[in-house]
Amino acid sequence: MALSTDDVKKLALLARLDISDLPVDHLAGQLESILDFVHQLSELDTEDVEPMTTALDVDNRWRRDEVLPSLDRQDVLANAPAADDECFRVPPVLG
Amino acid sequence: MSQYPFTTVIGLEVHVQLKTASKLFCGCSTEFGAPPNTHVCPLCLGLPGALPVINEKALELSALAGLALHCDLPPVTKWDRKQYFYPDLPKGYQTSQFDMPICADGFLEIEDPADANQTVRIGIIRAHLEEDAGKSMHDEVAGRADSRIDLNRCGTPLLEIVSEPDLRTAEQCVAFLTKLREMMVHLGVSDCEMQEGSLRVDANVNLHIDRNGEVIATPIVEIKNMNSFRNVAAALAYEVDRQYEEWETKGHTIKTHGKRTFGWDDGKQVTYPQREKEESADYRYFPCPDLLPVRLTEAQREKVRSMFTELPQQARERLQSQYDVTAYDADVIVSAGPEMLAYYDSVATACGDGKRASSWVQQDVMRSIKEQGISVDQFAISADQLAALIQCIIAGELANNRARDVFEHMLDKGVAMDQAMKDLGIEQVDDSEIESLVADLLSKNPRVVDDVKGGNAKAVGALIGQARKANPNANPQQVRELALKMIEQM
Amino acid sequence: MLDSAHELLSLQEQGQLTATEIAQQAIAAIEASQPIHNAYTHVDAEAVLAQAQQIDQRRAAGEALGALAGVPVAVKDVLCTKDMPTTCSSRMLENFRPPYDATVVEKLRQADALIVGKTNMDEFAMGASTETSYFGLTKNPWDIERTPGGSSGGAAACVAAGTVPLSLGTDTGGSIRQPAAFCGITGLKPTYGRVSRYGLVAFASSLDQVGPLAWSAKDCALLQDVIAGFEPRDSTSLDVPTEACFAATQSADLRGMRVGLLRQSLDSEGVDAAAVQAVLDAAKVFTDLGAEIIDIDLPHRKYWVPTYYVIAPSEASSNLSRFDGAHYGHRAKDDNGNEINDLVSMYCKSRGEGFGDEVKRRIMLGTYALSEGYADEYYNKALKVRRLIRGDYDAAFNDVDLLLGPTTPTSAFKFGEKVDDPVQMYLCDLFTVGANLAGVPAMSLPAGFDQLNLPLGIHLHAPALQEARLCQAAAAFQTVTDFHRQRPSEPSSKS
Repeated sequence: MALSTDDVKKLALLARLDISDLPVDHLAGQLESILDFVHQLSELDTEDVEPMTTALDVDNRWRRDEVLPSLDRQDVLANAPAADDECFRVPPVLG
Repeated sequence: MSQYPFTTVIGLEVHVQLKTASKLFCGCSTEFGAPPNTHVCPLCLGLPGALPVINEKALELSALAGLALHCDLPPVTKWDRKQYFYPDLPKGYQTSQFDMPICADGFLEIEDPADANQTVRIGIIRAHLEEDAGKSMHDEVAGRADSRIDLNRCGTPLLEIVSEPDLRTAEQCVAFLTKLREMMVHLGVSDCEMQEGSLRVDANVNLHIDRNGEVIATPIVEIKNMNSFRNVAAALAYEVDRQYEEWETKGHTIKTHGKRTFGWDDGKQVTYPQREKEESADYRYFPCPDLLPVRLTEAQREKVRSMFTELPQQARERLQSQYDVTAYDADVIVSAGPEMLAYYDSVATACGDGKRASSWVQQDVMRSIKEQGISVDQFAISADQLAALIQCIIAGELANNRARDVFEHMLDKGVAMDQAMKDLGIEQVDDSEIESLVADLLSKNPRVVDDVKGGNAKAVGALIGQARKANPNANPQQVRELALKMIEQM
Repeated sequence: MLDSAHELLSLQEQGQLTATEIAQQAIAAIEASQPIHNAYTHVDAEAVLAQAQQIDQRRAAGEALGALAGVPVAVKDVLCTKDMPTTCSSRMLENFRPPYDATVVEKLRQADALIVGKTNMDEFAMGASTETSYFGLTKNPWDIERTPGGSSGGAAACVAAGTVPLSLGTDTGGSIRQPAAFCGITGLKPTYGRVSRYGLVAFASSLDQVGPLAWSAKDCALLQDVIAGFEPRDSTSLDVPTEACFAATQSADLRGMRVGLLRQSLDSEGVDAAAVQAVLDAAKVFTDLGAEIIDIDLPHRKYWVPTYYVIAPSEASSNLSRFDGAHYGHRAKDDNGNEINDLVSMYCKSRGEGFGDEVKRRIMLGTYALSEGYADEYYNKALKVRRLIRGDYDAAFNDVDLLLGPTTPTSAFKFGEKVDDPVQMYLCDLFTVGANLAGVPAMSLPAGFDQLNLPLGIHLHAPALQEARLCQAAAAFQTVTDFHRQRPSEPSSKS
């Protein structure tokens, strides 16, 4: 499994991570060694195995359509890095 | 303008907002128009630790829509996360359905606008449930550098209905959308208000140009931001011309340009390319580990089937045969929506006269609720009360115009029919009272007596006005009959 | 004195001790320990004292009190608390105060427990040493040059340091059991779905579970009984009756119980001889208690860690997308200290500054494993192997009632030993991740000391929903052994 520095940078952008403080080669090497390690899964034949997405054997959990109280707006905005009285403020979102 | 013949190929993606009281995965209200960020809980806000629980009604409404669209309801459906970063999506992913939608493989039949005798079957690939995002607002006029985010809409349930590329003209698209909207509104699946965003339409369109037997496909364009059916028609018409010209002048084909996203500028009446993202989208769909798969139970399927009573066209036909109303009247009532239809059904059944019920509902009820700007559910006069009023007319106890007085009084004062009649002094007048009234009038109007005797029975009409002046509750029919009888005996 | 929750309860009932006295002692112990061990990220002494006084008043007035009245409990800083910060030991959430309590925290409050504070952890629970915390290392009370394990390092160290008798941790791949083993205490990871995850900041949603840490199995059982139960706000919570774990610890009779010895795990590479001996000795103890020992193997054991290190980072990469500086948490400024005017740059820089290296590595790994073209090779493959691993457990539990093996290959390691070698660090979870992948309950309990006199743990697995059986076996073990009664000496280094 070879990861180029370009691959790592693309991955970082996809994950919205600034990695400029990390040496990219070193990071690429670490990721490669982990990927090599986990790649041993390919030894197993899983052709007819159903994927397991949850440890539970149940399904169908739902609730009735009932309105419950929302948070006070003050609490909604309390942790916002930037907000006015009504809304969150973020860098411009254009078209 | 075109030199070569071509086929326009259009597929529609329609989002309808499901008519639930609470959101898809939490108990916040879905009510439209609340002050910003007041319908928000830890889940809407994407706070860590908050967890989703499915709204059962959203499943039922989706299944109901699926039945109406002749879809299969697969035994299992599941939830997936569609991942991308955007400030109106606080979790960083949208909970949606990727490879196992709740409805699959259906169709909708429309009348071809080009030929009323032709029906066209439009395939439905799938319909899946997903949560809506919030709203971002950028006020360039105010010169602000940042955007404001309102999360009220976050988590509102949407059903995304995806058609096959079976549509060939803008008019067919409008017919498809009109029929789809009517069906969804009629079944109570959605309000489908484009202005409020509870119906949204994206169109994928390209041309298959036949150049002397060689078929060339133009690049597929997805058109967004069309906020009325009129805009859908205008945008598609514009886009067809634009694509042909682009191919003719620049040679763009699906092989050279693939698929692009355009917006519709309502002011300029043009489509325009939207800013392309720097990276190609990789949504990294995977099954949401916070939600369990759904297997609709037999009880739920039964409940949905019972909700699926009749489609609008069937309702129109039923009104005509059941109540003997005209096709026009049936159309007006059904088109006014399922609540109005239910109201009419109650009135007509209770009073036993569908025609009179139709006339009252169309003229008086519809006018009143329009003036008041309310829905028929909020209308002050219940179906039972209106039926009782109509029964008084049928029984000859009230003249039509007197009944209207009662109707108006009930509305004005917010009182029941009995009280309104009392307020207006409407009481049953007993026969002896009428007899003495008519005898009195005949003695005061010898000319009328003479005219009637002379063969002009219509002359008796003059007495009716006077009778009603003397006693507003006097039944005109009774006055007429009695006067003629007494003159004959004179 | 702060060793035993159930003793604190009876002393109060007998009128020999007040909640106020307990709270004062706990606060004094925390003040003494914190500069040395740094087990806590937040302590609210005043609130605890006020609450303790109230409990005493209510007791004096003859009111009924909750199951943990007057017992100090520490809460891992990954569980939301509305009156205290919830940081996940990350710069990202340094100033974050949730507007709501996690369900388990609500349950502690209803039980009248004294919530003394929040404990340190690996950032977002990603690690096995508590070295990735933004708020500094937590030291192992047995040897302050060594890690307490992780990610619930603070949760284990706060008990081992004698500051509280009970503590709540979370376990995604061993994060309760491995620190419990390193710190010489007992820790339980319940069945997936047994304890509500509502208000637990998700690392890997399909694996995470909240559980208790304490010196003894009895005390773990006491706390487990308080936190377990169905929760309608968590779709993955099991709607089944809970079993009384504490009641189960009253019987030390294990006759008829079949204990499967995972003998092949003892031969794994890198497993310390002392750890092997502790397991073999424990097997003998169980035999003496009446249990039958049967050798058994879980054939796909070697794939546990690789499977885990695909699934957990994949889910984490998604769960941690919400930390983007838009609605809460850290938002970066530009180099001049002004608001960043470009959305993508704001996201990247906020996440770049807010997350530490290990969190970034795992987000990158998970993003890769889910990305177009690689999902089948990694994520989808791991989901299938997970099914095989689960099948091994199902088969094993047809033959035995419990599984026995080591919790960790070695005793606590030194700071810096593995922090730059992710794969070595991940192998700390060698014996523990299976329980998370299969969703079954598991427990680590003290069972020996190595040549450095550092504690060693043994590891018990039970079938789904059999926490009571685990607690019973562990408590029985602790009636005839005293490993859980050993205490670290005054702060020292044993290197």
